[in-house]
Parts: sequence; C-alpha cells; structure tokens
Amino acid sequence: MAKRQKVLVLYLKFPSLEAEVISWATFDGTGKKLHMTGDTDTPPYPTGLDALLDGWRLFQASQAIPEHPGEEFRTSYLKHEFFFEKLEEGDF
Amino acid sequence: MAEFASSGCLFFDELIDEQTNKEFLDDIGHTNIDEVDSVQDFYKNIKATSSIPRIPAGTPLKEAFPKNSPLDKIFKNEVVEGAITSLVGSKTIVDHQFLHITFPTKYFNQANQRQMSQANHQDSTIDPRSTFDVQLFYFPTEVTKEMGGTRYHPGTHLRIVNENAIAKYQNILGQKSIVCKPGTIGIFHSGLWHGAGVNFSENIRYMFKVRLQPTEKQELLWDPEKKYQPLPNRALFWTDETKDQTINDILMRSYPWQEADTNRLDKINVVKFWRLLTGHKKMDVDYWLTRIENELY
Ligand SMILES: [Fe+2]
Repeated sequence: MAKRQKVLVLYLKFPSLEAEVISWATFDGTGKKLHMTGDTDTPPYPTGLDALLDGWRLFQASQAIPEHPGEEFRTSYLKHEFFFEKLEEGDF
Repeated sequence: MAEFASSGCLFFDELIDEQTNKEFLDDIGHTNIDEVDSVQDFYKNIKATSSIPRIPAGTPLKEAFPKNSPLDKIFKNEVVEGAITSLVGSKTIVDHQFLHITFPTKYFNQANQRQMSQANHQDSTIDPRSTFDVQLFYFPTEVTKEMGGTRYHPGTHLRIVNENAIAKYQNILGQKSIVCKPGTIGIFHSGLWHGAGVNFSENIRYMFKVRLQPTEKQELLWDPEKKYQPLPNRALFWTDETKDQTINDILMRSYPWQEADTNRLDKINVVKFWRLLTGHKKMDVDYWLTRIENELY
C-alpha cells in the first residue's frame, strides 16, 4: 500500500476558519480525479471549519502582513489562504 | 459607464448581424470539423487565407482593417463605435489582436494531450496605471455552456496582480462563463481576471479579440457635453430603503468573491476610478474617501 496526498486550498472571507469560502482549489495526488480551473461553481465546504470537520488537516495558513505605507488602498491577491491535506492509502 | 466601473465588463448580445458573422467565418476559412487534422494546420490555414491583417502595434484603429472587411463592419457598428469612444476615445490605437480558437476533445485525444482549461490570469503584465485599456471580444458563432466560453470574474479589474500569479485560484465564487448567441460582443477592462474554458462540444469555438489603448485621458469621453454631476451624500447604515436605486448603488455593488475587509478597499478603488472617469476629483460615494481624507494634521 502506498500513500498519496490530496491538497485542498481554501480562500476565506476573513482570517478565521469560521469564515465562508470565497475561492477554492483541489489537487488530487491519488490520480482519481483531475481538477481544473473553472470546474465547479459551488465551494466544496461552506467554511474552513467544515473542511476540518470532514477530516482535512490544516498545514499552512497565510500570515497577516501590514499594508505598505502609502499603498494601503492597493488591492491585489486573495488574502486569507488556508492549505489542507488528506493522505489516502491505496495501490496507486 | 457605472456598470463598467463596477464590474469591469459589458456585453452586447447578438449585436452583429448574421450576414457579417457568416462573412467573418467564411473569411477565416471555417471548415467542417472532420476536415481538420491538427491545431497547427488550422491556424496556418487561417493566417494564409483570411483578410485579418497583420497590424503593427500602435496602429490607429481607424486604419487597422481593410474597408468593407467583416472586422471593418464590426468596428463601424454604431454600438461598438459608441462603446469604444466612451471607454478609450475616438483616437484609440490597436495593441494587438488574436483569433482565439478552443478545440474540442478529439484534437486532444489525437495528440495524446490532457485537455485542461486555461488558468485564471490577468492579461499582459502587472499594470499599476490609472489609464486602462479595453479588450473587445467578438463571438461569431453561438457559444453553448459545454463549449467552455471565456470564464471571467466581475469586479476584479482594479486588483493589481501579476498575470498568471492568480492561476492558483481554481474556482472563485461568482465566476461566470460566456454563453451567447452568434454576433455577441463583450468588452473587458484590461485588468479583468479571466481564462478560457474547456470545449467539451463537438465543434470549434472562436473568439476574436482586439486590445485597444487610449491616446487621451479617459475623462468624460462618454459624456461629451459634460453634463454628469455626482449625486449628493446620502445616509449611511441607518438608511432609507424606500429611495430609488441610483448610479451609486451600481458603484457600491459588492461581489461574492470579495473578502470582508478588502471589499471596502475595492469600493474605495471604484470611487477613485469614477473620479478619473468623471473628472470630479473630490466626488465620493457613501463617504468612503471623504472620511479618510479628513486629515487635520
Ligand atoms: Fe487572457
């Protein structure tokens, strides 16, 4: 039996796992499902906490970085990024 | 204009007539899908035979296309001309053009390639200007849902990102994909996040794109008589819901993908954009800028 990693990335409405999902990405290392950009219009979970409740393990979260002086109003990338994983065992 | 300032995109359904769509398809040598073997051959054929000219970057739009060619007719359509003049002015220049073709599954099977959608991106490169370009999209054929029409994210145009650096956002709440009838025209602010979908139909999907740059300030190009006046302040939070919807409601629209905190900055940036488009340098909507500009030290 081998182990493969599945990765779920959630972007939340504010920096707490209770917040609603506004963007998401899934990468399936088991090769069972090929995810790609634009493949679904509905988030896999309503909030980050719901992903934890379904067994996803959080392994990285974005830091709070103060806005650069003079550029406080510049908007750019989505801010509240959370990386989760699940390990799956099987014959791959 | 308020709709464009807020969402970064405009659509004109079935604007171009059937005859012009047909002329365009004939011109690019649109052939039966069974007669085409490879993506490369298809492009080679179109480039060799069509009247789509090679336009040096910076050519005035008015000199870009051969007289009476389908593209000339499209750009002379009064709605297209009006929209372009309003956004980038009558002396606009062509940055580039391209005929995007999204091939159906059989081409990927034949070439033994994985058929993937195009990731989300902002075109060109990081662009912190106040000036903006527009990208005009022309869809000569019908685009059904399964044809994977251009995916876009309304309201993202003022976020300054570096091209493909948003590719990791596989799905974004509120994402839309173009589904349209033949002859539809879309106009995007050059900063709008987008990507091509996957074509799961049996047919080829076409999208002709032209990027246009202004050569003059984009101030009231849409209001040559300069009649626009900002609306007076209204009550905030403890509001009067019986009042009619106004331009300010369009400008203050929230989008489902916006974070709770950054959503307020997105609104501030729409107001700043509206100040540039109207020339009213102190105008405000819902006090967002007035409040933080009240610096007494
Ligand atoms: Fe693009």
